[in-house]
Amino acid sequence: MNPLTDTQVTIAALRNVVKRYGAIVAVDHVELDIRRGEVLALLGPNGAGKSTSINLLLGLAWPTSGGVELFGRSPREVNTRRRIGAMLQGAQLRGHARVQEVVALQSGYYPNPLSLADTLHTAGLEGLEHLPVARLSGGQKQRLLFALAICGNSELLFLDEPTVGLDVEARRGLWTSIRKLREQGRSVVLTTHYIEEADALADRIVVINHGRMIAQGTPAEIKRTVAQRHIRCITKLDAAKIRTLGGVTRITADGGRLDIVAERPENVLFEILKLDPELHDLEVTGARLEDAFLALTQDNPGEQAA
Amino acid sequence: MNPDSPNPSNRPATPNDGGTIGRVSEPRWTGRDTLGVYLREAGFQFWELMRMPAFALPTLLFPTMFYVFFGIIFKSGNPSVTTDMLATYGTFGVMAPGLFGFGVGIAMEREHGVLAMKRVAPMPPMAYLFAKAALAMLFALIISLLLFMLGALFGGVALPRSEWWLLAVTLVIGTLPFCALGLAVGLRVGGQASAAIINLIYLPMSFLSGLWVPLQFLPHWMQNLARISPAYHLERIVLGIVHPGNSGHFLAHVTYLLTFTAVCLWFAQRGWRRIQDH
Repeated sequence: MNPLTDTQVTIAALRNVVKRYGAIVAVDHVELDIRRGEVLALLGPNGAGKSTSINLLLGLAWPTSGGVELFGRSPREVNTRRRIGAMLQGAQLRGHARVQEVVALQSGYYPNPLSLADTLHTAGLEGLEHLPVARLSGGQKQRLLFALAICGNSELLFLDEPTVGLDVEARRGLWTSIRKLREQGRSVVLTTHYIEEADALADRIVVINHGRMIAQGTPAEIKRTVAQRHIRCITKLDAAKIRTLGGVTRITADGGRLDIVAERPENVLFEILKLDPELHDLEVTGARLEDAFLALTQDNPGEQAA
Repeated sequence: MNPDSPNPSNRPATPNDGGTIGRVSEPRWTGRDTLGVYLREAGFQFWELMRMPAFALPTLLFPTMFYVFFGIIFKSGNPSVTTDMLATYGTFGVMAPGLFGFGVGIAMEREHGVLAMKRVAPMPPMAYLFAKAALAMLFALIISLLLFMLGALFGGVALPRSEWWLLAVTLVIGTLPFCALGLAVGLRVGGQASAAIINLIYLPMSFLSGLWVPLQFLPHWMQNLARISPAYHLERIVLGIVHPGNSGHFLAHVTYLLTFTAVCLWFAQRGWRRIQDH
């Protein structure tokens, strides 16, 4: 364990924050703590209020009511902002400036920045430093935004949808970089609507929907909020027949296999085996984060708190 | 530095009491570091503008072209008129870098999220404005010098050295009210609309101020309307330098420009607050 990592210390927080845009409540009484050394994922469907929460923490938006704290101060103070780095959603990099010029300008805002080589290496931009920004591909621009977030060597990073528009390989590369940042004792807040991303990276997940926090916990804790199990098997029974058995919540066909979701897999399996003793390739697994996420976000918002 | 060991001075010396927000010593930052941020920002914006022909070319070419056609070729053999037209096209020239640099520049950077990135970065907002104003003044200086060279070399304009200096300084400072107007507009309108809106201010204002057609040829009501235009007042001040007989209301013109700038800055400040409170 990194000695700099003390997950008991809150370094940033939203305190009962409400943010209204006209009649729309984008953030509804959110109470959020960001602890030192953790990777915190804000997970939610599009329009859930993830980006607004980030913008409130960064001082880009001002709360209608409630408080925002960043290192015990206002995010609008320059001294506070020297300790954070951010990758904003929807930032469009343009112009003729070269990659290294853009990074150098950003690094110059910070008292103790990473070297250009370190920044480019971590962001996977080596060899592109002489290219004008306008000539970068979408994925490369995304990685440049990541580079601008980390180049200040800040202790707290905000990454708003960091892997949107990246291919699978680049996404895995960025995940590795984020894990490395965490190993160095930095704290990371990231928003994502990719469930597997939250599962792969986060120490803690906060599920947001309709501007409300509907669950928070480790990925394992979130998964445990749903009692479902998956039964995967190859059987001659058809899905419609199985659906009539008690306790089955969902069935999907996956090639020749059926994926049966049930709260009490033992009972369902007993019934199926009675009807089809030749059932094979059986596999019973716990709930995936996706199941929990679907269960949480499809229900009435605010009713389920983990 | 070794990326595996983040700056220890950024870290708390002792563990904080659990549950409260960690207060730790802030990293050292000196006035010299801040000066560096200002200079780098200005340098970066300078190269961005120089690499953007859509800004640099019309800004430098239009006033010089107009001056060559209407001030030098049409009026050849009449150096007195060519001299007076330094005021006209000088004013026309220094309006553009302020209006477009601020108005279109800021509106575009807002739309592209660049302004949001700057707001999140530990950069004093004044560094951003300082860079824009310094660039507008630099362009104003370049335009002025181009006009001076053309007038002196091909238009027979002959002025004492002190008046050349005074002209240059007045025109360079004269771009600032237009920077303020551009700032007020740029903080309000969207990126796509900004170029159209700034042109809708720039071109009628130039015409109304007698920069294209001398005011005495315009209808009387237009001559009266010209008095609300900052370009008219700047042109009168500049004309007063090359043509001292016209400098009677110097203080009134300066007062108007100062008031105009203050009103624009007030609107700009409101626009900024609106963005901050968003």
